[in-house]
Amino acid sequence: MRITCPLCGERDRREFTYKGTARAIPALDAGVGPWDDYVHMRDNLPGAIDEWWQHDMGCGSWLMVTRNTVSHEMIAVVAGEASGLGLAEAQAQAEDQA
Amino acid sequence: MRVAGKGLVSGNRTVNFSFNGKAYMGLEGDTLASALLANGVHLVGRSFKYHRPRGILTAGSEEPNALVTVGQGGATDPNIRATQQELFEGLAAKSQNCWPSVERDVMALNDLAAPFLGAGFYYKTFMWPAPLWEKLYEPIIRRAAGLGALSGAANKDAYEKAFAFCDLLVIGSGPAGLMAALTAGRAGADVILAEEDSRMGGRLLAEVEDIDGRPARVWVAEALAELEGMENVRLMTRTAITGAYDQGTYSALERVSHHLPPSQSLKTVNRPRECFWRIAAKASVLAAGAIERPIAFRNNDRPGIMTAGAVRAYLNRWGVAPGERVTVFANNDNAHRTARDLVAAGVHVAALIDSRHDAPDGEGFAVIKGAVVCDSAGRQRLESITVRSVNGEEKIQTDCLAMSGGWNPSVHLTCHMNARPQWNRELAAFLPIPGAVPGMVVAGAANGSFSTTGALREGAEAAAQALAQIGTKAEAAAIPVAQDAPYRITPLWAVPGKGRAWLDFQNDVTVKDVNQAAQENFRSVEHMKRYTTQGMATDQGKNSNVAALAVLADATGRSIPETGVTTFRPPFVPTSIAAMAAGAEDQGFKPQRYLTSHPVGLERGAHNIEVGLWYRASYYPKPGESTWKQSCDREVMMVRNAVGVCDVSTLGKIDIKGPDAAKLLDLVYSNTFSTLKLGRVRYGLMLRDDGFVMDDGTTARLGEDHYVMTTTTAAAGQVMSHLEYLTQVVRPDWDVRFTSVTDQWAQFSVAGPKARDLIDGLVDEDVNGETFPFMACGAVTVKGVAGRLFRISFSGEHAYEIAVPARYGEALFRLLTARAEEIGGGPYGLEALNVLRIEKGFITHAEINGTVNAFDLGMQGMVSAKKDCWGKALSEREGLMDEERMRLVGLKPVDHAKEISSGAHLFDPEATVERVNDLGYVTSVGFSPTLGHMIGLAMLSAGPDRMGDTIRLVDHTRGIDTLCEVVNPVFFDPEGGRVRG
Repeated sequence: MRITCPLCGERDRREFTYKGTARAIPALDAGVGPWDDYVHMRDNLPGAIDEWWQHDMGCGSWLMVTRNTVSHEMIAVVAGEASGLGLAEAQAQAEDQA
Repeated sequence: MRVAGKGLVSGNRTVNFSFNGKAYMGLEGDTLASALLANGVHLVGRSFKYHRPRGILTAGSEEPNALVTVGQGGATDPNIRATQQELFEGLAAKSQNCWPSVERDVMALNDLAAPFLGAGFYYKTFMWPAPLWEKLYEPIIRRAAGLGALSGAANKDAYEKAFAFCDLLVIGSGPAGLMAALTAGRAGADVILAEEDSRMGGRLLAEVEDIDGRPARVWVAEALAELEGMENVRLMTRTAITGAYDQGTYSALERVSHHLPPSQSLKTVNRPRECFWRIAAKASVLAAGAIERPIAFRNNDRPGIMTAGAVRAYLNRWGVAPGERVTVFANNDNAHRTARDLVAAGVHVAALIDSRHDAPDGEGFAVIKGAVVCDSAGRQRLESITVRSVNGEEKIQTDCLAMSGGWNPSVHLTCHMNARPQWNRELAAFLPIPGAVPGMVVAGAANGSFSTTGALREGAEAAAQALAQIGTKAEAAAIPVAQDAPYRITPLWAVPGKGRAWLDFQNDVTVKDVNQAAQENFRSVEHMKRYTTQGMATDQGKNSNVAALAVLADATGRSIPETGVTTFRPPFVPTSIAAMAAGAEDQGFKPQRYLTSHPVGLERGAHNIEVGLWYRASYYPKPGESTWKQSCDREVMMVRNAVGVCDVSTLGKIDIKGPDAAKLLDLVYSNTFSTLKLGRVRYGLMLRDDGFVMDDGTTARLGEDHYVMTTTTAAAGQVMSHLEYLTQVVRPDWDVRFTSVTDQWAQFSVAGPKARDLIDGLVDEDVNGETFPFMACGAVTVKGVAGRLFRISFSGEHAYEIAVPARYGEALFRLLTARAEEIGGGPYGLEALNVLRIEKGFITHAEINGTVNAFDLGMQGMVSAKKDCWGKALSEREGLMDEERMRLVGLKPVDHAKEISSGAHLFDPEATVERVNDLGYVTSVGFSPTLGHMIGLAMLSAGPDRMGDTIRLVDHTRGIDTLCEVVNPVFFDPEGGRVRG
């Protein structure tokens, strides 16, 4: 398996470590319900899914890899900051208001 | 027997070799198999189960019978296929699975017991009494059945692994592969042409035919010369592609020096035995050819019975006639070439038996049409066959039978990513489905194109098609003129009749076994395979699987496509683990990390212990100390009474800078760090997503926007990765940067009542209670070197950690230990460090083991109520603050002389010792010389509510059963006066 790191180019999967399903992160104060859902409830459907892979034997990037779990096709790779799954926007607004 | 004027071997360059201790002579270019046949040696080994005499069946890597052992001592290589082992001067090979010799094998008695040894015999036979299984049955079966044996000695041979990259990987160098490589090479693509044989050319080396009006071998030589002249083409012989994986990754095994005398393949000349390749190819052409299948008939396994294509290969490539009076048995036109070539070479062909009534006539040999071979005779070499036709049965004297049940395209690699091949009735074979492996195009015989013209054309087309996928345009090549004979076949899998007819020669599976499996309702092809072991030997049934499933289809009244094939899995050829693990043996198994103080430890005779990848001194023995405990006890008391020095550089150190550094710390730590004052250190707890404790450690504020975080040794990598996650994914908008500086700083703990005496005078700055109170930190100058000083303690004593750039580490450690010894102190190791921290109830990853939360540790106060942090939401789940949870306590044996152990479980003294009554477990123990008895930390249900209670500690593994008192986990100086003193 090969993953194309946006910073380093196409590399063998031995340079990467799988870090789980990539999903939108709940706000820190969202409470137990949304966090329980986020951490424990995974759909595990066959087909295209978003996953985290860290290029830990390379540049250290956290990458969101869209991969078909049936065909193993690599569909897309984006850097963590471009994933849009973080808390930046929502939290920044909350901080501004506070 | 050599045939004058035939073959590609060098007639005047002889090579001496031995087989089973007997000296023989072969020619340069021979394989062990061709050289043995040239010397009239047909009996090469004994079969797996029945110990039947066996000879050479094939001329390639699919060989099931002729497995030999090569080499001596630790360098012994068992199960080497004689058909692949190239001859070299002094080669010594021997037969396997026979005793005392291959000619007189005692275990051949098994063959007489065959009626009891059929499919599933050991499932049924050796059932009772069960205790005899391990003691009697299995050792006997293991001894009786088997292939070659390893020496048991360490193997000193070198193995290697490597990566390669290309635009187009061409697998196989027959007519299709060569045309593909030529087409792609001319188009300027980066090409790797991989061939498992020692010589490129594939079937063209084994056939008599012309290409463009010249002998095929001349065309091959010209094609290779052109390819060798291209800088963008890499030719890899002796390299079998063993597997196809995702995104164009292919594995390959190169036999680098199996063909060289051992003296030329030692590590000293830097030549490994084998190299395991990972090839990343943008596209590939599979031109792996086809494998001929035998026909099952009674006693079809005698030495001298070979595949027809192999007989032709021995004649045409190696100039060897495998018999003087050859017969051919076939169901297709292709095999007629064997008789034709033999006759042309002057070898007598007694008859060609063709099962088809419409078989073509022979030129110079008799064809018996509509007939089958139904039996054979000859003990260690074929002597005769019995032919059955409408006229009845007839015996024909023959010393070599060339048989052909047709050809199976080598579709293996196309199935490695889960595709199944499709049955083609006309060819009576499975063909690959297009697109089975992304980027791979199949050509030639592997695709069912059995004529040379078809292979050449498909090779060129496949290369163009494969390259088009990656945007490279290839010019259409002129297709050379070659034979285009049709491949006519009428299926014949097994000749009906009594007796045993072999399908899988290597695992001794017969038609009877497959029928029996069907009768016993193992009707699925996968069940049949496992019940009979069909195709489960080292050859993976390359030449027998299709026939076996055809027999199964027949027995179950289904068609072949309905019956289906078993799953093809990598590797295509047996691959030694030594090659796949190359570089990972001995010191290469894992990296070793040494501390800057390591040389000092060595000088002092310190015993080292592995901590992850690190090697740390566990204790520094003094003269007169004979056990680790004596040293450890002394070192603990030394710290408690004077001063000790310990290398703590293994702790993860992460340098964090930026305007948003404090925000990051507030996010990652459960407690607040944004309030940490400049020049101060704070202890913090990190939580995982699920609210359980990830790690603990201290972070020091060295500047306005500058912090240095320490993690535990164990979780350094995990915390680093977590910080990357928080900054790259969760809060990429924050302006903060960090890097690991674990290796850049050497850091030593200086602990004990005399710690300040040791530090004072070493650093230029004045170190006192006001400049460096407990939990203070700052830059200092250590003998002129810019360093850092932290007033922190993992021992409960007045202590510092002093850090200098790693290049000064050894010098500082020498200085510290020398000065310590002048005032009654010295170095201490990991054992003492552990006792000191247990005495203080400090936790490590023995306690924060992934099932423990802050509440369990009595640290719920550290999860700040005033702010959010990573993991906080789930740490507040119902039940995670249940009083009954297993929570941290201290333990001491009621009888102070008793031993306690970590890993032991805890029970109410009134309850029975069984799982349902389990109240907890011990995480850490040590002998406290300070207190004079053993102490332990434990996770105990409702632990803090049981203070003073008596609990029963049981360790079945070590035979310990002791009553303990539940106490505060801080055994020593609970007020903490010493640390501030």
